[in-house]
Amino acid sequence: MNADFNQDHFALFGLPRRFRLDDAALDTAYRKVASEVHPDRYAHAGDAEKRLALMMATRVNEAYRTLRAPLARARYLLSLAGVDTQEETNTSMPPDFLMAQMEWREAVGDARAARDVGALEEVSANLARERRGYEAELAEALDDRSDTVTAALLVRKLRFLEKLEQEAGDAIEALLF
Amino acid sequence: MALLQIAEPGLSAAPHQHRLAVGIDLGTTNSLVATVRSGTATVLPDTQGRSLLPSVVRYLDAGGSVSVGYDAQAEQSRDPANTVVSVKRFMGRGLADLSDTATQPYRFVDAPGMVQLVTRAGVKSPVEVSAEILRTLKARAEESLGGELTGAVITVPAYFDDAQRQATKDAARLAGLNVLRLLNEPTAAAIAYGLDNGVEGVYVVYDLGGGTLDVSVLRLTRGVFEVLSTSGDSALGGDDFDHRVYCWILQEAGLSGISPQDSRLLLTRAREAKEALTEHGETRITVLLSDGQAVDLSMTQATLHDITRTLVEKTLMPVRKALRDARIRPEEVKGVVMVGGATRMPHVQKAVGDFFGQTPLTNLDPDKVVALGAAIQANVLAGNKQTDDWLLLDVIPLSLGIETMGGLTEKIIPRNSTLPIARAQDFTTFKDGQTAMSIHVVQGERELVNDCRSLARFVLSGIPPMVAGAARIRITFQVDADGLLSVSAREQGSGVEASIAVKPSYGLTDDEISRMLTDSLAHVTTDIEARKLREAIVDAESLAEATRNALTSDGDLLAPEERQQVETALAAVATAIARQETRAVNEASAALNRATETFAARRMDRNVQRALKGQNIGNL
Repeated sequence: MNADFNQDHFALFGLPRRFRLDDAALDTAYRKVASEVHPDRYAHAGDAEKRLALMMATRVNEAYRTLRAPLARARYLLSLAGVDTQEETNTSMPPDFLMAQMEWREAVGDARAARDVGALEEVSANLARERRGYEAELAEALDDRSDTVTAALLVRKLRFLEKLEQEAGDAIEALLF
Repeated sequence: MALLQIAEPGLSAAPHQHRLAVGIDLGTTNSLVATVRSGTATVLPDTQGRSLLPSVVRYLDAGGSVSVGYDAQAEQSRDPANTVVSVKRFMGRGLADLSDTATQPYRFVDAPGMVQLVTRAGVKSPVEVSAEILRTLKARAEESLGGELTGAVITVPAYFDDAQRQATKDAARLAGLNVLRLLNEPTAAAIAYGLDNGVEGVYVVYDLGGGTLDVSVLRLTRGVFEVLSTSGDSALGGDDFDHRVYCWILQEAGLSGISPQDSRLLLTRAREAKEALTEHGETRITVLLSDGQAVDLSMTQATLHDITRTLVEKTLMPVRKALRDARIRPEEVKGVVMVGGATRMPHVQKAVGDFFGQTPLTNLDPDKVVALGAAIQANVLAGNKQTDDWLLLDVIPLSLGIETMGGLTEKIIPRNSTLPIARAQDFTTFKDGQTAMSIHVVQGERELVNDCRSLARFVLSGIPPMVAGAARIRITFQVDADGLLSVSAREQGSGVEASIAVKPSYGLTDDEISRMLTDSLAHVTTDIEARKLREAIVDAESLAEATRNALTSDGDLLAPEERQQVETALAAVATAIARQETRAVNEASAALNRATETFAARRMDRNVQRALKGQNIGNL
């Protein structure tokens, strides 16, 4: 296979390898690359090219999905730097974060029990605000200080928040639909 | 803006050579076929000038002769058991999936994967019935275009699951169609609408057909149609409105225990009343039943709206869901495109308009727009030159997952992921010395496996015996651009590789397709062998042509000896075609494919690099 498949996701889109990313530039680059490798471009080609297009398009979609989401992007940058984020193994968290976690969880649980979509939406909005705060911290840790230890901790925190947001979202969906 | 004008591999047909490709809207109630002629998409009418083909198939005799379309529709009340209407509702569905079998005039047989129907021509699967509709449209297109079709794009509801998609593809193969792509109906509509009007921004397509509802949210940016989310209900459509009217007639006229013939007749009258009330405030329903009893009722628009209000409200649920998934607020939506005959009903238009706070776009024929979009896509995929350069990025409508302990689902590919997509997941054994593992693949959003659609069950055997937890089995799910799934599994840790590819259990095997083809062709004088040879030669010729074009445009990527290998393989294809032997042709094609693998990879790489630099080759 071509060396192409060994490129990192940033190089694939011709973007600088860092956490602070110009979303619009990523979107534009994605559309350009996707336009080249999409299986639709090869519908009339031979099997070898079709297979290749499927593989490349799959890879391009995966790369875009990874870079587009801040948490996935941070995790990916750390993996490129050879840092394991230990999301499954390292559960030690600062006590104040754990306290906040429990409060969030309670808020989601209470709102769900009360079937209060408005309250769930509010929790979601607060979680999103909290998440953006951590993302700003991640940008500093990764791009300004190359502090991978702090970055890994932030990734683990974000993972918690993401799960909570997912829970709140699922609860809203269950009530609405 | 034209994106890029790089000579695309495979899209480099000589300008004079126009490949015949069509788009087919295989609808619940009506089907259509369209093509692009002189740069314009047009629906192909039958010899009597009618665009629509009612999706009705009547089996005439034990030999399997059929009538399809208006003729069959005219006889449906007289011969309901042998006249299949709305067969799309049965595609990829088991008996347990169907809620209204009691009111249907058919004799159903439950079969593994998909329900079947008993007719005077024997037991028929929905795939075979659908193939009759497709065969009719294929014949119409070939007659009208004066040649054999290169391929077809067939549309499916965006909310169709893998089973329903696979069934549709099987039906097309059975009808002798080369399927270029399964295209989601709302996406097809968006292509036709968007290219026609050159729009940009976020659009919603609300597609209420005869039997299905689809809602898609798309972002249109400089020639790229990006589906952000899709939602729907594959068992909610205009038929349900008919059924409400039917029930109202039964109630008002005090009818019960009526015959299948009368039932079919009343359903037809119900549909006509619903359609009449789109234009008029009031309509009359008169029916003479088989026992001589006469029904004479008057129905007002207000009554229709009243008895179908809950249905209309139900259609707004997927709208909310799709917007939520796309993270788009109703006020961010630039336009709402209405598709499907059922969106002609004024109260449906009003409900959608109220929801979005804007008047829905109804300036296109809701019956035709899907077929037109499919024709535009078919034209591109067949390799014909096009004036607008555009690309479609579609999504998988329902999450894919596998069964874990306790009958729970673990999602592997979340819904609304952009296609194509692949995901790998590692599993391990839970017993010492375990050598086999059973995998159950499901599709759906629910937590419990039993609430999801079962797609495939397979056993991965030949795992080398190890202590529990030591084996590492990686299962890869690949969903292609048609939204179809393939699964493969491989034991990694031991160096022993057990790898299998899974075909979902409800899909037809090549043998079954082949048997059905033989059956269906028994009363037609077509030589299957001749057809196979013809298909092989068409494929080989198009491959050879694409290769020659690639050599012209990118030949510099090959070293002289590499080029020589490709040339040799090309010559072998020509020789095989001259010998007129199917097997030789297929083998030569396969060899040419192998010989061009590296070349293809290098060219794709070059195109990507060019695209990122924003070079417009046309300007160089």
